[in-house]
Order: sequence, then C-alpha cells, then structure tokens
Amino acid sequence: MLSYNEKIRHIAKKILAEGKVEIVIGYRRGTLPMINEPCFIKHPEDVTRLIWDRHCGINLTNYLTQRKERIGIIAKGCDSRNIITHIIENKIKREQLVIIGVPCKGMIDRHKIASQFEEEIQKVKEDGDKIVVTGGGIEKIWKLSDVLQENCIICTHRNPVIYDELVAEPVAEQKDVNRYEDIRRIERLSPAEKAEFFDDLLASCIRCYACRNVCPLCYCDTCFVDGSQPQWVGKSQDPTDIRTFHFLRAFHCAGRCTDCGSCERACPMGIKVRTLTKKLEKDCLELFNWEAGIDLEQRPPLTTYNPNDPDDTFR
Amino acid sequence: MENPYLPYPVRIDEIITETEDKNLKTYKLVFLNTDDEEKFIFQAGQFAELSIAGQGEIPIGIASSPSEKGFLKFTVNKVGRVTTHLHNMTVGDIMGVRGPLGNYYPWDRMEGKNVVIIGGGFAFTTLRSSIIYMLHPKNRSRFKDIHVIYGARTPGMLLYRDELTEWEKRDDIYMHITVDATDDPDWKYHIGFVPTITDQKAPEGNADTYAIVCGPPIMIKFTQPVLDKLKYSHENIIMSLEMRMKCGIGICGRCNIGTEYVCKDGPVFTLDQLNRMPKEY
Amino acid sequence: MNVIKIDKKTWTEGIGRLQGFYRLIGPVKDGDFYQFKALEKGESPDFSMLNTRLSPKSIIYPQSEVMFEYSLDETRDDCHVIKEIQVEYSPQVVFGIRPCDAKAFLLVQRNFETPEYKDPYWIRLYETTALIGLACNTPCSTCFCVDAGSGPFNDAGLDILLIDAGEYYYARVNTAKGEKILKDSGWSEETETKDAELAIENLKQAAENRITARISTDRLKEKGVPDLFNAPFWEDVAFACINCGTCTYVCPTCWCFDIQDEVRGTDGVRMRNWDSCMYPLFTLHGSGHNPRDAKTKRLRQRFMHKLKYYVDKYNDGIQCVGCGRCINLCPVNIDIRKICEAMNGFEPEQKSI
Repeated sequence: MLSYNEKIRHIAKKILAEGKVEIVIGYRRGTLPMINEPCFIKHPEDVTRLIWDRHCGINLTNYLTQRKERIGIIAKGCDSRNIITHIIENKIKREQLVIIGVPCKGMIDRHKIASQFEEEIQKVKEDGDKIVVTGGGIEKIWKLSDVLQENCIICTHRNPVIYDELVAEPVAEQKDVNRYEDIRRIERLSPAEKAEFFDDLLASCIRCYACRNVCPLCYCDTCFVDGSQPQWVGKSQDPTDIRTFHFLRAFHCAGRCTDCGSCERACPMGIKVRTLTKKLEKDCLELFNWEAGIDLEQRPPLTTYNPNDPDDTFR
Repeated sequence: MENPYLPYPVRIDEIITETEDKNLKTYKLVFLNTDDEEKFIFQAGQFAELSIAGQGEIPIGIASSPSEKGFLKFTVNKVGRVTTHLHNMTVGDIMGVRGPLGNYYPWDRMEGKNVVIIGGGFAFTTLRSSIIYMLHPKNRSRFKDIHVIYGARTPGMLLYRDELTEWEKRDDIYMHITVDATDDPDWKYHIGFVPTITDQKAPEGNADTYAIVCGPPIMIKFTQPVLDKLKYSHENIIMSLEMRMKCGIGICGRCNIGTEYVCKDGPVFTLDQLNRMPKEY
Repeated sequence: MNVIKIDKKTWTEGIGRLQGFYRLIGPVKDGDFYQFKALEKGESPDFSMLNTRLSPKSIIYPQSEVMFEYSLDETRDDCHVIKEIQVEYSPQVVFGIRPCDAKAFLLVQRNFETPEYKDPYWIRLYETTALIGLACNTPCSTCFCVDAGSGPFNDAGLDILLIDAGEYYYARVNTAKGEKILKDSGWSEETETKDAELAIENLKQAAENRITARISTDRLKEKGVPDLFNAPFWEDVAFACINCGTCTYVCPTCWCFDIQDEVRGTDGVRMRNWDSCMYPLFTLHGSGHNPRDAKTKRLRQRFMHKLKYYVDKYNDGIQCVGCGRCINLCPVNIDIRKICEAMNGFEPEQKSI
C-alpha cells in the first residue's frame, strides 16, 4: 500500500488545482511509530505532506460532519461505507465530495504490537508480508496478517464501495470469513458469566469518550451522557454509569456501524469496545440481512418499517 | 481545615415573582445559624453559589445590599436543571448558600465620584445591591451624582418595580428607566434600547465619572461605542461577566479568560482589563 | 541529604515490614499495561515498567470523589442540609513514582492550595501520602522532562528517590517523612559515601544522554497573549483533534473538575469528577451561549493554559512535566512538542507553521 502515496498526491493536487475541491482530508506523517495524524490540505503545493501506509486506521468520515465546503477525502473500504451512511443521514452531501478511494489490505493494530513488545517501540517497518519492530536494542518480526487490527482481519469490504477516483486496482475481497466467532462465544455464556464478562471488559474505562468522539456515527449535538434535563446517566466512575454509556452508545450505532475499528484503535486503555458494536452489527445482519453503508438508496433497518419485520411487535 | 465547598444552610423566607413571564423570581434567604450570617460579609457586586441538595449549585449575583441585614436576596432566572428545581421550591424549604464569592465593584475607587449604572434585563441584580448600598444614609454622601439607566423588553419584565418607583421619586438619584417597546398608554418613562437612552441621558465621561455596565451581550456590544463617544476612559468602565462556574473559588478550572478566573479574579473587570484579555467570553 | 544503599535481597522483607505501618501503593502490571494499585500483603511494586499508563495523580486526586452527603428524607431534621463526610486518612506510601510525575504534584499544588482557598480533599490526601520515586535509567523517546523543568533523577516532590543500581537500590532521602519510612522498613541505616554519589551521577548522566525529545520554552513568556491566542496555526494543529478527554485525563498536571449531585433513594452525595477543557459542556452557559463553542477553541485553551497562561501566572515554567503520556495516548497524534515549538517560535506576522 506504500505505493499508493504517489497516486494519492497526484489526485489531490489535481482536484485542488482544478478547483474541484477546497480542501483534501487525508493523513500526514505521525510523530510516533504506528500512528498518523488526520490533516487537511488547502494548497496543491502542500500535497507532498499526504501519506498513506498501514497506520491510517482512524476513520476520516468523522471529519466530514456538517462541513460546508467541497472536499476531497481519502477513503478506504470502511471509510467509504461511513461516507454513505453520512450522506444518508444528511451529514454531508454527495455533490460536495470527491472521494479518493483506497483499496485496503488492513491496518496494523498498534495496541497488539505494543502489548507484545517489552521495550519502547522506536521503529516499525513493513517488509513484504512481515513487519519489523525495533526499540530498546531488540528487534521482533511478525507476520503482517498476525498484527492487523481485528476488524481488518475479518473485513469483507476492503475496497471502497463508493469513490470518484481509485488509487489502485481493487484488492481481492476476503471470502469465507468467520466474522462473529467471538460474539457467538459470548452469546453462549450464562447471564452471570455475561455480567462478569462485561464488568471485566469495561473495568478500565476512564470515560474519556475517545471511542464516541472518534466515531463518525456519534455526531449528536448533546450526547445522552451529557444531557442534564433529564440526566440519564451519572457522571462519576460508577461502573453502572460507565456500562450504561457503552451499552447505549452501541445501540445508537446499531445498523449504522461499519466495524471500521476506530473506536478500539482510539481507546487509550485498550478496551475491546467493538465487542458491543459487533453484536448489534451481527443482529442487523441476521435479522434484517443488513450491512451498513453499502447502498445510498437504502435506509438503515431501524429507521424503516417493513411488514416482514422478524419481531411480532412490529408486524 | 475550613472547607470552601461547604454551603451554609439557609431557609427560603419569601419568594417574589418579579416578571410577567414568571421566569424570574427573587428569593429571600435566612441563615439557619446566626454564626454563618456573621461570617458572610460581602460587598455589592459579589456572587454566591446557591446550593440545592440533590440538584447542584448555581452562581448567582447577590441582589441584596450589604446594608440590608438579616437576609440575602437572589433573583434567579429559570434556565437549567437547578434553577428549574428552585422555581418549584416554596417558602420554608431548606437549601444552601456558599460565598460570598468573587470580587466586587471598586467602591474605594468610586468614592467621591459620579456613578452611572447601566443595566439591562435580569442582569440588574448586583446593580440593585449597589443602588441600595449607595443610597443608604451612611453611604450616600460618599458618592457624587448617581445615574441609573435600566431597561427591559417590556414594563412587565423590569425587576424590582416597587423600588424603581420609589427611587424615581427621590432627588438624590437620576433614574432613566426604559423599555424596548410597550402598548401601555400609562407608561411614563422612556421607550428605546439601553444604548440609545445612555446616549441621551448619561453624563459626559471624565476622570470623576464611573460607569458600571451589566446586561446581555448585545446590550454591552452597543453600549460600549456610546460610552466611547461620551469619552469614558476604559479604566472607568466597569463590567461584570457571566461564565459557567462550578467551584467559585478559582480551582475547578472552567471559567478562565486567559490567566484570569472569572469566579475568583472577577466577575468584575474594567473594560481596560478586558481589552487586554482574549475575547473568549 | 542522606543516601542509603538497599540490598535488593532485603527489598521484599522491608516492603512486608512497611505493610504493617502504611497502606502501600505501587505499579502493578494489569493486563497490557502498568497501573498504580494498592499492594496486597506479600505483593511488591513491579519496577519493570517504563511508566504507568495513567499518571499517579488519582492517588491524591481521585477521578470521582465524594465531597458531601445529605438526606432528602423529609422526616429527618437535617433533611436537605449538606454535610461534610467523615473520612479516615491513614498514612500511605506510594512506590515507583517517576520524577516527572512527582514534580507534577508540586505544580498541581499551586491550584489546590492557594493563598485564598485551600482544597481540603487534595491537601489531606497529599499530606498523608509519602512519595517514593524511582529514577529513570532509561527514559523513552517521548520523554522531555529535562526541558520541562524536571529530569530523570529529579528529587522535586519526592520523599525518597530510589535509584536502581543493579544489585542495589540507592535511596536518596529528602524529607523527614522519608527518613521515617526508611526506619520503619529496616532496610539499612548505613549512610553511603562519595562512591554512591558518583555512581548515581554516572547513571544520571547516562539517563539524561538518552533523552532525545526536546522542546523550547524560553520565548513563551515574552509572547503576547493576544498574539498567540489569534495565531493562525490553531486551525491546522486542531484539525485532527476529536475533543476526547484522553490527554487531560492521562495528564499528571491537568486538574479541572466538575461538581455533581447524585441521589439514590433519599440518600444523596455531592461529588467531584475529573472534567476536561476538551468537552463542549465544560464551558456551556445555561443560556446556550458557549465561549468555547468549537474544537479549535478548546484545543487552544488546553495548550494556552499549559504553555502560556500558567507560565505568565506563576513565572515558574510550563504546566507540563514532559511525561509524554498525551503524546503516546492521543488517538490522532496531537503532539504537545510540536505545538510548543509553534508557540515558542511564533512571530505575529507569520502565516502558518
């Protein structure tokens, strides 16, 4: 994917110079290994700042919400699906966008590598299908496929589903992926085991709301945890309030989540927050045969009425 | 160690609905312990946190004057969770008061000077405190001319109407009461926005004249050029700011403008001070 | 200042003895990272960490802390009266505080212990806590403590500084509190000589030489607040920011809090919770007006506070100790070092960074 850079810069330069867009939203090189910084470019001569590699895991659609200008945006498969969701939900207009599609082979899971490397990580280099990590005088090599983000390992939409330009030939989509093995395992737990599982899952949450704020779906003016009239949720570190936040947030994302993995990537405490959103994603697939962000013409299942609804209440 | 977050318990002694929209009520509060009352020494321009168990706290300017003894008065606009709850409370209910907090109008500097009070809407509370204070027989001689320009949207939206009428009758204070508009044929005061009436009625600015300006942002925005035109120096224009606050003692960190905490270093600033601070209020 | 040499063979024994006198807290590996936790009987602090994920600030200043209690039961005489809670403050000892984090307590003290007001919650916990530091032999690439006015072997704010010298710890004792702890531990009472000082100095030099992250703060003071406030670079540096609270919550020097009432049945408490200048709610007026209504303004507040307002107000450096947590944990790579450079080097006519 490193070779995408030239093409991305070329397209960005062209659409800026031709006046098709006023800004291009992409990534610039981070100051640490395994992280790049979302940025915007206004002038064609600045496009050399744009970079693309396996550390572009943050979903850029989050930066489109309610923007007014014409925008070029770099989008991998999941980002493009969130762009569709954004268009459906009136957060941006299709005609404002020039979507620079990036066929994606997966992003590296920085938490995973950090937790398996005892020293401070100073350098991370891609070498074919390997990744070489150095720091503190030691070197470790992993197979790339072993250290991808969990959502990338099970991704079935690596290619952008909507785009105006494509920086490379589409990559092969992964087939026969067992997307929900972990969720099924939790579903099989007894209620008491489930309670314990979720207590553990969320025990280290510091309520920084990085998972919410990095999510393109979370754009409410006032989030339910922030309202005071009525105050739905307490604001302390009370575990019940913390769980309420995470569970309700997941429900708010039902039928909209594309499993882009930004929430999990963003969490400073390494909480596997996707566990919650994925369950709802699985339910939407099984109950409504629905995947979010595939089709501009179809509304998400929880905002539509269908006489064949699987639940009796709605029939 | 004294706990600066601990409110004094008080009882609601009287509730007066001030305005025709019933959104502004004045609460007369009496301390449960007389010791607490003795500790609560304040000056006009300061505020306090009104504290309601189970609801929270709100910073409100003290509307009573230091010269009024035995009670505190606060006029509260119904806007959020705590104020809505307070509006549903009744005489006899117990709540808390924490303060006095913040600084106050520069009474030492204004001694021997003309004082022009310019207020709009429900921001008149600490101005009432100031007027009562200055008109007190012990204090009146410490100040030269006192002008009050006070406006509200309609006559029914003016605060402290009985007192306004009384002050209107006195010869030691110049009252310029105004409303934005009215169809009341008996209205005998001004009609027009506060900046316009200020232009017409306020004395010329000089070293001996101070203006205290309190009101909604729009009023402040349009009054300032009028005061400039009248040659008020920015050191002599005194303003009181509002900000979201919690602790009220400069510790919780939310109400800063640059290096200054509005709750502790303010809420009273001269325009000259504000000019040197970031425009973030 | 005494230096004591502690044989690592006697370390666990001493910890055990201290358990009898104090509540002990220390770094413990918790899943993928280290956290400060109360040490169980027989448990020793784990010094193999680079540093803990979260700073130790919550030991003195918990993320959620009850301030008062009250009853809403109308049949009670004291109904609606807000009262102080009774808390036992038993002495506690924290092991393994890095010098940067210890220095942070001194910065934060300026906020909680002012000439006019004393915050009793912070002060009581601070006074009943002893801080035993662990010098950094191997600072990270994101550590800029030296430029932030601290250093890998800095004693500021520490009762004792431990220096790991292989088979021994050197313990540099800075306070009477520290002396008492050493006595209670029974580790050693043998004062070390010049040799120890030399060994420590060598380790310190080696550690400082490893520090590669630099920031310049020398010109922050001379900049005008309005110039920096209106500088054109904020839009660019704030773009990626998602306005989460990570940087403020992991920061050892961020001290802002919210006060909230919580009621269960008729029993209520007033508590305080950490708050963040990154959140829109932090400054939202009841009227709906918000002086910091955009993320750029909120990000600007965070960095202006740390690198300009604090500098101007206290005239003693920046409100940052260079621990690097915000750099490492920011989900979108906003880097205080870059922003500090932009501020320190800013000239008003300059257009962008």
